[in-house]
This record gives sequence, C-alpha cells and structure tokens, in this order.
Amino acid sequence: MASSLRALRPALSTLSRASRTTALRQFSPAVTLNAGRQIRTFTDDVHNTPVFHLTEEENMLKEVVSKFSNDVILPKVRDMDEAETLDKSVLEGLFEQGLMGIEIEEEYGGSGMSFTAAIVAIEELARIDPSVSVLCDVHNTLVAQAFRKWGSKALKEKYLPRLATESCGSFCLSEPASGSDAFALQTKAVKKGDGYVLNGSKMWITNAMESEIFIIFANINPDAGYKGITAFVAEKNFPGFSIAKKEKKLGIRASSTCVLNFDDLYIPKENILGEEGQGYKYAIGILNEGRIGIGAQMTGLALGAWENAVKYCWNDRKQFGKLIGENQGLRFQIAQARLEIEAARALVYNAARTKAAGANFVMEAAMAKLYASQVAGKVSGQAVEWMGGMGFVREGLAEKFWRDSKIGAIYEGTSNIQLETISKILQKQYTN
Amino acid sequence: MSTLRILVPVKRVIDYAVKPRVNKAQTAVEIAGVKHSMNPFDELSVEESVRLREKHTNKTVEDILAISIGPPKAADTLRTAMAMGCDRSIHVEVPEKDEMLEPLQVAKVLKEVVEKEGRNLVILGKQSIDDDSSQTGQMLAGLLGWGQACGASEVVLDGEYLKVTKEVDGGTEVVRGKLPMVVTTDLRLNEPRYASLPNIMKAKKKKLEKKKLEDFEFRAVNRLKNLKVSEPPPRQGGGKVEDVDGLISKLKELGAL
Ligand SMILES: Cc1cc2nc3c(=O)[nH]c(=O)nc-3n(C[C@H](O)[C@H](O)[C@H](O)COP(=O)(O)OP(=O)(O)OC[C@H]3O[C@@H](n4cnc5c(N)ncnc54)[C@H](O)[C@@H]3O)c2cc1C
Repeated sequence: MASSLRALRPALSTLSRASRTTALRQFSPAVTLNAGRQIRTFTDDVHNTPVFHLTEEENMLKEVVSKFSNDVILPKVRDMDEAETLDKSVLEGLFEQGLMGIEIEEEYGGSGMSFTAAIVAIEELARIDPSVSVLCDVHNTLVAQAFRKWGSKALKEKYLPRLATESCGSFCLSEPASGSDAFALQTKAVKKGDGYVLNGSKMWITNAMESEIFIIFANINPDAGYKGITAFVAEKNFPGFSIAKKEKKLGIRASSTCVLNFDDLYIPKENILGEEGQGYKYAIGILNEGRIGIGAQMTGLALGAWENAVKYCWNDRKQFGKLIGENQGLRFQIAQARLEIEAARALVYNAARTKAAGANFVMEAAMAKLYASQVAGKVSGQAVEWMGGMGFVREGLAEKFWRDSKIGAIYEGTSNIQLETISKILQKQYTN
Repeated sequence: MSTLRILVPVKRVIDYAVKPRVNKAQTAVEIAGVKHSMNPFDELSVEESVRLREKHTNKTVEDILAISIGPPKAADTLRTAMAMGCDRSIHVEVPEKDEMLEPLQVAKVLKEVVEKEGRNLVILGKQSIDDDSSQTGQMLAGLLGWGQACGASEVVLDGEYLKVTKEVDGGTEVVRGKLPMVVTTDLRLNEPRYASLPNIMKAKKKKLEKKKLEDFEFRAVNRLKNLKVSEPPPRQGGGKVEDVDGLISKLKELGAL
C-alpha cells in the first residue's frame, strides 16, 4: 500500500514534460482524452504525501543509523580526520548493521531495502561524518548497484554476498587525463586468451584503501571511441593491480582517495560486467542515480553543521549578557539557513521518489546534487562564523564540516557539469 | 533443560536524551512533538531474551513475545523489539493521554497475558524512565505467585533454575530461583544491539496482534490523580570565597556551622 502510494506521488505532482509522458500515462490512467469531445475524469483517491514522508521501515532505518552514528562514529570523527584514515571498527559496524548492502536482495545477504532507504542512511551518516557517508554511498549506490543492474547471475552470486557482508567496493572511472571528460579514458583492455589484459591508471578512487572489489572502466577498442568502454570487475589481489598513492586532502579526509595502477592486470572473461562496449552507458546511468546520493550526503552535512552551531548559539555562548543566538542578526541567518537546507532536502527526496516511481529523474538528480552542494558549502561556512573562534579551531567539528562540503561541487560531476546537464534538458524542451 | 516462553513488556517513553518539559497546564510532561523511543531498561530485557536464545541450543527458547500497553505509536516500539529479535508482539492500544496507567493496572494485564500465552519467564525493565515507579515487575510476581529477581546484572539459565546476579550496595548478591520467574533488568546487564537493516525487514513479516483494554477481564482505573507537575526551581548562581577562612565565615553567616 505505502509503496504504491509512493510510486504515484512524484509522477503526479510533476510537470508533463515530453520525457515524462510515459510515466504519466502509466501512473494516472484516470486522465483520459477522448477524440473529438474531451472527457476528463479526475481521480480524488490519490493521497499525496509530503515529500519528506518516510515509510515505517525508512523511519526505523533513520533511527538506527542516527543512533549508530552518534554512539559509534561520533567519538571517532575528529581523530579519523586528523589521522586521515578510517577506523576499522566503523567499517565493521557498517557491515554489521546491514548498511553496506542496503538495496542488495535478501537472497544475497543484503537488507533488501529501497533506494530511498539508502538515501536516508547516507544523509543520516553525513550529519555526523561525511567521510563515512561517502564510503557507504559509493559502495551502495555505485558499486553494488552496478552489480545488481548489469551483473550476470554468476557475478551477482559471487560478489553481492561479499559486498553485503564483508568486502568494500570502489568505482573506478576517472583518470589523470579524464575527469569531467570521463569517456576520454585511456586505460586499455587487450584481449588475451579467454579474458582481457588491462594497462593504465585511475585517479581519485574513493574507498580504494578499504576495498577488495573494484569496478574498472577500460576501453577494449579505442578506435570506436567511447563505444569501446567496458566495465570489468577486479579484486585487490589480482596480479597487476596496485595502489600507487593515497591522496592527502582538504576534506573528507577519513575517506581514502587513491591512484591505482594496472600493469598487465588480467581479468577473466566472466568478470566483464554486463556487455562489452556498454560501459559508457552503465557509467552514465549509475552516476545519474549516484548524484542523488551525493545530494543526500550534502544535505546531511548541512544539517549536521547547522545543528552543531545552533546548539552552541542557543545554549552555550553568551555575549553582552545574553545568548548570542538571541540576537536578531543571528536568528534570522539561522532561520534562512535552515530554510535553504529544507529546500535542498526537498529536491533530494523528490529526486529519489521520482526515481522510485520509475519516471525520468536526470534533471531532478542534477538539480538536487548541485543545489545541495551549494547549500552545504554556504551553511557550513556560515556555521563557522556563528560560532566565532570556537568554530575556527579544530577542537569542534564546525571547521571540518566546511572543509568536507567542498567536495560536493567536484565529484560525480562538477557543478558546471550539473548545470550543463540541466540546461541541455531544458533547452531540448524549449527548442521549437 | 526447560523450554522458555518469554514475555518482554516494552514501553514507549520520551527519549532519554530529550530534556523533558512541563506542559502549560502543569498537569504532565509535554509529550506532543517530542522524540520517543523504547524505555532503555526494556531494551536490556529484549537483548537479554535474545541472548538467552543465542546462548542455548535451538529449542531452549521457544518463543519471545513482546507486549506494549500504550498509544497507537507504541506499535513502533514493538516493531523495534521485533527487529531486535522478538518473535511476535501484542499491542494493547490505549488512547494517548497525559495520565499513564499505574503499575498495578499494567501488572494485571500482564498477568492475564502470561496465563493465556503460557509464559514461564517474564523479563521487564526494573523501571521506566518516565514515571520511575519501579513496581510493575514486583507486582506481577506477586499476582502470579512466582519468584522474582529484581535489578539483574547477570542472568544464567541452569536447567529448571535461573541464577541471577544483582548489584547491591557494597557488592553483589546472587540468587537462584526455579522457573517460572519474573526478572527485572538493570543497566549493566548487557549492551543492547542496534536493529540491523535486514532484521528491520524481517520484523515487517512478524505478527503484531492488536488488543484493547476491554479485551481483558480487568478494567483499568487509576488510583492516583496527578495534582501538579512542576520543573525544579532554576539553580541559583553561587558565590566565590577567597580562602578557607572565607569559607568558614560564610558557613557561619548562613548558620551552617
Ligand atoms: C575526493 C574525491 C573522490 C573521488 N572519487 C572518485 C571515484 O570514486 N571514482 C571516480 O571515478 N572518480 C572519483 N573522483 C573524480 C571526480 O569525479 C573528478 O574529480 C571530477 O569528475 C572532476 O574531474 P577533474 O578533477 O578532472 O576536473 P576537470 O574536469 O579538470 O574540471 C576542472 C574544472 O573545469 C570545469 N569544466 C570541465 N569541463 C567543463 C565544461 N565542459 N564546461 C564547463 N566547465 C568545465 C569543471 O567544472 C571544473 O570546475 C573523485 C574525486 C575526488 C576529489
């Protein structure tokens, strides 16, 4: 019941755009057009729920993730950032809680929950630590998702149970010479025997230090351009695979980001993910979804930064004989910031529900990710100011949230790339 | 070895981390719009029941039944209990009201459930953090005529017997009792698990039976009436003294010496 309502809402509440007509037809059969005479019937039994409405299971998940984040992760956040490493127990905890297989089906040892459930979890984790959040995000929305969508039965049976219960995964697309222009990638795969030999390198690969399973995009036919791009599955211990360098970063420092080298890395045929030459389609598809996850990471971050600061302003710090949060100048900034966070969250949740409804969500996802990262940057920056000196020192978490926010404008498509996506869709719609 | 059919009563209370506020009418603590969760002592009871099952061979714990007597939202608390490992639950739904059921009423309902459901072990929190009555477990044991071990910090099943360790002033007390029994839990008994995502999904398929107070022979009436609820007076700022002499003269001034 709840899920069918969920499916209806986004499709009905959005504009009828060319790309949406199928979804509309599918979800609101009551809008019928009759040739000659126009007969319109309206349904009144569709219950629109607020975009923030969570199902019972999503609510329970939110609560346990919040508890887990506060009890287990929070005490380690500062130290992990200073040490630029993830505490092992945090990763173990994520697996134990079932947070590494959120959408993976129960038959493969996963939690069998929805995409929106993953979004809720990513947001809750980011309220406490955006580094842990991105680990969970990449693993779930990119890696596990790619196996679920395109993996053969054998690949699913081999890797999904591991991904759900013990092995972290990475998604390897970017290279030194191809970032935004991802499909200019240079890593080559040459046929050898029953498999392929990969040579090349990848850059900025999230989770690489923790991961055992890597989805690698390489070109099997450079003459065909991007149509030669193919997705391969490698494991850490495959000969020819190595981590060349771990980056030192401005933010999300507990999340590892590495350069990978492939030196005659042999991948057996059965480890080709999906079909040869379809890699670029897979990458586009998965990143479109993934952006909603990054949006959730950013709204969670903004909320975490905001809450951290307002607790201080409204409870702890007094100047001129009163709490600093009593000053109208601060109150209004606090209110405005929260408004912007809620607006960004509305975009994120709407994008997630739109995807769940099976409608086209590319523009919604791009808008959500873009705006959420802008709000996260702005609010976490303001939050530092609201806390004055206490916001600037590395004792608390205010300055960390601000440093962490910057990545939102870069990975899974820079802000310009999101604007490019949005404007292209709009232009198509408005071109005669 | 006895098979256990456990009853775990759980209560939905204002979350332990929330600062309670008195309502405008000064009749009760404000509950509207306030975060609620399972009474922390009841989490310990659920955890202990599940651990008893995990510790012993398959059939030792036959069934763990959770029960909550509370407003519609108490169903959430039962779902949490089932996600933590209880097998099924009963929700005795009562309207959301300022006044809570008194321990005796709760104990009488529990007694009926114990009898109807053939329970031989009831594990309850030693108190709930809202009204802090600390009476329900004892009253239930009294009504049933069973043995009771209150404030458990360790529970060991040994054939027909339970060995329960309790922390008392200045040390520990170990008691042994024959089943059936009532045990109440104290803070150091265990560390309750978080419900994992797969278990949340499994809980969706577990049975939650709805009942009303009218379904029980006993009719509920509270014996006490809340006259007034008020917050403690705000703490007055203290003064500083320079040295020991200053302290002594201050104490003398206040007539404390
Ligand atoms: C911490 C971190 C983690 C990452 N994790 C992963 C990962 O797990 N897997 C992975 O594959 N990649 C990952 N990346 C890579 C990330 O996706 C890229 O950094 C990103 O796509 C941008 O590419 P680039 O860094 O080469 O920037 P560039 O593409 O060089 O862009 C630089 C600037 O030019 C602008 N620009 C580029 N092209 C255009 C254009 N056509 N129009 C307008 N402006 C343009 C960009 O908006 C940007 O402002 C990660 C990066 C970081 C920093």
